[in-house]
Amino acid sequence: MDRTKIDLWVGIFVALGAAALLGLAMKVGNLTSSKIGPTYSVTAAFENVGSLKPHAPVKSAGVVVGRVDSIAFDSKKYEAVVTIKIDKRYAFPKDTFANIYTAGLLGEQYVGLEAGGEDDILKNGDTITQTQDAVVLEKMIGQFLFSKTSESKADSKVEPSTKAANAKSGRAKSTELGDAPF
Amino acid sequence: MIKSKLFSSITQTLRGIGKRMTERIWRLGAGTRLFFLTIFYSGESFKRFHLTLREIYFTGVMSLLIIVVSAFFVGMVLALQGYNTLQKYGSSEAIGVLVALSLVRELGPVVTALLFAGRAGTAITAEIGLMKTTEQLSAMEMMAVNPIARVVAPRFWAGVISMPILATLFSMVGILGGYIVAVPLIGVDDGAFWSQMQANVDFRADIINGVIKSLVFGVACTMIALFEGFDAPPTAEGVSRATTRTVVISSLTVLALDFVLTSFMMVI
Amino acid sequence: MNPNIVEIDHLSFGYKGRLLHKGINMVFPRGKVVAIMGGSGSGKTTLLRLIGGQIKPSAGEVRVDGEVVHKQDRDGIYRLRRKMGMLFQHGALFTDLSVFDNVAFPMRELTDLPESMIRDLVLMKLNAVGLRGAYNFMPAELSGGMARRVALARAVALDPNIIMYDEPFAGLDPISMGVICDLIRSLNDALGATSIIVSHDVKETFLIADYVYFVANGEVAAEGTPHDLMQSSLPFVHQFVHGEKDGPVPFHYPAANYQSELLNQAPVK
Repeated sequence: MDRTKIDLWVGIFVALGAAALLGLAMKVGNLTSSKIGPTYSVTAAFENVGSLKPHAPVKSAGVVVGRVDSIAFDSKKYEAVVTIKIDKRYAFPKDTFANIYTAGLLGEQYVGLEAGGEDDILKNGDTITQTQDAVVLEKMIGQFLFSKTSESKADSKVEPSTKAANAKSGRAKSTELGDAPF
Repeated sequence: MIKSKLFSSITQTLRGIGKRMTERIWRLGAGTRLFFLTIFYSGESFKRFHLTLREIYFTGVMSLLIIVVSAFFVGMVLALQGYNTLQKYGSSEAIGVLVALSLVRELGPVVTALLFAGRAGTAITAEIGLMKTTEQLSAMEMMAVNPIARVVAPRFWAGVISMPILATLFSMVGILGGYIVAVPLIGVDDGAFWSQMQANVDFRADIINGVIKSLVFGVACTMIALFEGFDAPPTAEGVSRATTRTVVISSLTVLALDFVLTSFMMVI
Repeated sequence: MNPNIVEIDHLSFGYKGRLLHKGINMVFPRGKVVAIMGGSGSGKTTLLRLIGGQIKPSAGEVRVDGEVVHKQDRDGIYRLRRKMGMLFQHGALFTDLSVFDNVAFPMRELTDLPESMIRDLVLMKLNAVGLRGAYNFMPAELSGGMARRVALARAVALDPNIIMYDEPFAGLDPISMGVICDLIRSLNDALGATSIIVSHDVKETFLIADYVYFVANGEVAAEGTPHDLMQSSLPFVHQFVHGEKDGPVPFHYPAANYQSELLNQAPVK
């Protein structure tokens, strides 16, 4: 077992390991897509950020343009202040909308930016004023049920037979709604 | 009469358990001592790196075959089993994520460590046990050569270096195996496979954590193998029992450490 | 300068209340071949390990070149060990190294000699034991006698002052025994070293030893030149030297009365 053969094989071994790590990083992980370039920070205030987390993506038109940097609580206005870092390559006007969307039906939440029409662009440290909160699932269900009961009441004169059944269930649901904490 | 017999058998059992417990604690102490001595005398392993290199060949390179073949099969099985369940929820495109995360976070480091303990660990234990039995270690001592610096430390560092490399290779080959089952065989979309994976596997949280795990396992498995060999009674039976102990203790330690490390990493 | 290179002074050594050695006194003069003999388990090999500093005495001292062995720190012990060479019972060659590398091992580990010099020295040492042509073999390919000779070459690789032999004749054929016997004496004289042989091979040892110590029951039972011991009338020495079946070391291990045990009919557990 002479040294040159051992050295060769160990060299190959380590090279394979490094290649595997590189492969994992590039193809498997999100290293290529994570922000390595220069960014600028912008804040946005939301009444409810839902389950938004730091490092969540910031997308515009479906393309990742930045990352959520930090989420803080403003105890004066009782709202959440989200700091996002946007890639310097992309400029957004001052009246950009910042919304919190959910990826898929039950997926992770991310910040979506919809560009407005102003000429002035956001600079480092600016605040996005137009925001829309995260959709909280429970509220959505509550609203749906509420709208369903108002619908059934409005249509009750037109179709009494079917509506009677709906009204019963609707009433049952509306009493539940009345007790709902939200 | 019967009472005293029962009593004495109970005390005997307790005494036996107590004796075994103290013996285990003693062994733990002796093993820790060897660990610190190994670290202390590690200078030579790096100054004369060819010693360590030789051991990397015997522990790492020689384990390549079993690691790669096992990884391939594990990845393929993951893809098969995962697809079976995922497609019931219409989420068969998440198969890439399933395979990648399972491998990178858990199976890569853990299965590699278990295989390493079985293949390289037993080899180390047997080799050192044999050196002890044939008085080679004594001979080295009498020649004013520190056996820990010359024999134990290079093998330790070789194991610590080899393990993350093997675990990373395991993960990569496993993912490839999963890919081969998922895309050409089952028919999951190629783009969806990789893009879902990239969206959900975080380099820092998942891949680096996997590497950290395999480093810790490397330290544990190699040290256990070295200690069992070093401490083995210098007989044929003693050495053979020591190799069995290496596998058993390494496997249990790896699984226990895996739990500890995973819970730490979830917090971070 | 002290005429004795090794001195054992009122040495006691034992484990857990059982003393292996009780107050042993021995001296090893420079340039001589001294043998330590005794029955199996009398602690002969342990004496070698005490001299080499692998174990510490319970009482008394072992002095090498005037320095107390067990009082040395790690560097001190290694310094003393560089003056020693030891031949282990079955050679203890490093199985992963070739014959050449085995003999070169102490040179590579303990000196900064260039490879070219090491090559020449190794070949010289191998030549002294008659195995220069076997330099490329692996230990597994050697016979017992050849392995023993390579180990001897390795033991004298750095021209030590003290050469210790642990049962050098055990398990060898007559020719190999004769070879080793001759080598021990000639190397000792050529190097001007002191040789300490632990053995129970009376014939070979008496041929080459200048002085012999007999160890029994943890003490030096007898000492003297081989000639004196051959003539000795001490029962223990007489039994050992002439290989008598029964004597101070009894043939029968202590057991119950033969007649009563046979007639007892009780099952042997």
